[in-house]
Amino acid sequence: MAKIKMKKKSTSTDMTAMCDVAFLLLTFFILTATAKVPEALPVDTPSSTVQSKLPDTDLAIITIGKGTDGKSKVFFDIKGRELRKKTLEGMGAKLGVAFSEEDQAKFALMDDFGVPLANLKQIIDLKAADRTKANQPGIPIDSLDNQLKEWLLVSRRATIDLSGGTKELQIAIKGDAKEQYPQIKKIMDILQDQKINSFNLVTGMRGKDF
Amino acid sequence: MAELNTGDGGGGKGGKVRAKKQSSKVDLTAMVDLAFLLITFFMLTTSLSKPQSMDLSLPDKDPDSTKTVDTKVDENRTMTLILGENNKLTYYMGLLATPIAGPKDIAYGKDGIRRELLKRKKTVLEYSAGIGKPKNGIIVIIKPSKKSNYRNLVDILDEMAITGVETYAIVPEFTPEETKLVNKI
Repeated sequence: MAKIKMKKKSTSTDMTAMCDVAFLLLTFFILTATAKVPEALPVDTPSSTVQSKLPDTDLAIITIGKGTDGKSKVFFDIKGRELRKKTLEGMGAKLGVAFSEEDQAKFALMDDFGVPLANLKQIIDLKAADRTKANQPGIPIDSLDNQLKEWLLVSRRATIDLSGGTKELQIAIKGDAKEQYPQIKKIMDILQDQKINSFNLVTGMRGKDF
Repeated sequence: MAELNTGDGGGGKGGKVRAKKQSSKVDLTAMVDLAFLLITFFMLTTSLSKPQSMDLSLPDKDPDSTKTVDTKVDENRTMTLILGENNKLTYYMGLLATPIAGPKDIAYGKDGIRRELLKRKKTVLEYSAGIGKPKNGIIVIIKPSKKSNYRNLVDILDEMAITGVETYAIVPEFTPEETKLVNKI
């Protein structure tokens, strides 16, 4: 009787292909990831269980929080480069402050800001790392000098112009959890004065057991 | 796997050094492990870094107050939540002068306001079914006082979403009796 010989199998598999795929994906994710820029006004948002995400473009974010000096400040941010350019151009024309092409290009790449329009050029000229340290005073929202209202009006108009009337600017409020209600109410009133009755509140994430 | 063949030629026979046949395969397990770990990290961080948001729709603020018509609401269906300072919360059912329940202090979270809301929601539905309008659910009136903070408001709006209360309103106006209540808590 012939003895059946079991073939000895190697336990190690060829991992070359797997390694190739893994690194291909890794490269893709690294390249698509966007670096997080430090915010000019860091806020601690309250958390909620709602899980809808904010859009990436055609969005204006109003940040309300306390600065390092303990005062409540309002910052403004628009997402979308073309929209930012157009908005700055519109604001400059409306309030009589001239911005050059270069300023507009720089402004398009910036993030949130919180200065009166007259001082915006100084902030634009700063380096990205210095902007967060500049101790910006916030956008004026008094009834005498309500620049937030102007920013909202101009950016909404710019969104409609750029998209040919198909899109509308979405507004999100990003408030600090410890901010008192009257401050938030003031911003909501400014929005409602412009008939913006529907907006988003930026929140963190949490589970249902709290 | 990784070792150096240090010369041990001295004791060999005949002095002939035979090169050891080495495998050309490298063990890639560790490398693949690392690659997948990094992939997982980048995948999760790209989608998680996007902020969450909560939709809020407010009723139209009509400056022409003469046009507004007061709608009559069954007081058996209304629940009023008053947000006070230092994360305090008070509720009552019905009218403050003749409340069905409360006014009572209650805690935020799952064992406090959520349990109460779910209970009240059920009783209101039973009540509405009793009078032949089973679709009329609970109406929650949220009254944030001047001392309450933004977190309180978001917490309450979140409770509305969790408990499935469809009709709610934010009313930052206080009657003198309610102001007394706010000052007490």
